[in-house]
Formats: sequence, C-alpha cells, structure tokens
Amino acid sequence: MARAATTTDAFNAVAEPRRREILDALARGESTVNALVEQLQVAQPVVSKHLRVLREVGLVQVRDEGRQRIYRLDPGPLRAVFDWVKDYERLWAERFDLLDEVLEDLKRENQEQE
Amino acid sequence: MSKKMQVSTPTDTTILITRDFDAPRHLVYRTFTEPELLRRWWHANRAEVTAVEMDVRVGGRYRYAARGAGFEMEFTGEYREVVPDERLVSTEVFSGAPDYPALNTTTFTEKDGRTYLELLIEHSSKTSRDMQLASGMEDGLADALVLLEGVARELAHLT
Repeated sequence: MARAATTTDAFNAVAEPRRREILDALARGESTVNALVEQLQVAQPVVSKHLRVLREVGLVQVRDEGRQRIYRLDPGPLRAVFDWVKDYERLWAERFDLLDEVLEDLKRENQEQE
Repeated sequence: MSKKMQVSTPTDTTILITRDFDAPRHLVYRTFTEPELLRRWWHANRAEVTAVEMDVRVGGRYRYAARGAGFEMEFTGEYREVVPDERLVSTEVFSGAPDYPALNTTTFTEKDGRTYLELLIEHSSKTSRDMQLASGMEDGLADALVLLEGVARELAHLT
C-alpha cells in the first residue's frame, strides 16, 4: 500500500536527511560543490547527486561565475508546504468546523430514516 | 454549549486536542472511519484529498493522500486498537519523514447526545513536538528552514 518516496516535488525532496543538510548549509549562504563537500564531509558525487535533485524540484538555483558554479537556496517551492502545516491549531480548527457540517448531514439522514 | 477546541501539552512529548460535537458519538466515529466522510473534512481547506483508504481493524492499514499547490503528501499507518464508537489507536507515518512515526489515540465520549472528542498525539521527542506546535511562520529564510526541519521530521503527527 505504501509507495516509495519520490523526489518529484520539493516536499518529498526534503525528506532525505542529507538533502536537508545541504539546504541548511545553503541557507547560510551560496556555495560551490567543493565548499559543500568540505563543509559536510561527504563525497563529491553524493553532493552533486543531491544538488541535481534539489535543482530539479526548484529548491536550488545555480549560476556560473567564471569557472565556478555557484549554488543558491530558493525556498519558494516549499511555500505551499509551509502554508499547509503552519498554525497547527488552525489546521485542526478548520477540520473540526468542516466536520460539524458533515455531522449535520448525517443527523439529517438519520432523521429521514426514522 | 461551546464547541470550542482546546490544544494542550500534557507532557513534554504529547499534544492533546479536545473538541465537543453536537452529535452522538457513533456518528462522530463514522466520520473518522469511513473514507467518504473523512475526505470531506480532513483537507482543512488547505489541500485536495486524492485518496483515502482504510481497513479499520487491529492490524489493518490506512492511507490518506493529499495534493496541495505543487506538492503531494501521504499519511499511512496501522490500527493498533479499534473499539467501535469509543476509541481508535493508530500509528502514523508521514511520507515526508518516514523515520518518525507517531502514535495517535482518538477517544469518543458521549454525554447528553453530544460527543467529547480527545485526540492524543504522542511524539518521539519534545523538540519535535515543539516544532509541530510552532505556528505562523515569518517570511524569513531562517524561519523557513526551521519549519523545513520540522516538516521533514515530524509532520507525521499532523493527523
């Protein structure tokens, strides 16, 4: 029933711990692959692979500066996720308000059956 | 009688949500255990529910999937206790944080034709619980990343 996690959107891409580390590092400032390798102590192909995924979902932007490629965080794609989870109390309050409406319908159905 | 919802933190790792409903508990129970009913309220006006599957019996599994603007997510778990009209205990795993399951206990108590609902969410740590409770994010990048961490780790506990 459970499906494997995909990396087709920002939401799923951040589920991977190493990718969160890279995002966290980029949050402190733009960086090169080599600087990330040094900072995170992870092999360069691994960092490059994760950067590619993060670029595909739009969380990381890249530009060429001379011979260097500079990577930068773009949190925009996560906005939709933030909007969904922010304000935990409000989330449940909205759910319960909708639930009230469902219950009114159920009560009405019950009365009609009686 | 008030329908006011209350959210409290009974221990360092738990969240307790309570709410009254103007309906008998067998109806409230149905809204938690019948897919067509659950999908009418679970979205909270924030996302589109794309799938609700549930096999409500001890050891049975459930899956809720939702799609927001540019993202998809999934909540899955297993029922640990099923007492019809009274109590549901289930694990919950959020697709964004598969290593951080939660345990949810939902209790339905009826009095004078009304239902008092308790939803107890048990987290693995105080930090993760506190992240979940953090509300309204500012636009700053630092805040975004704090939330990112919270999303990825502990959103498993949203339902």
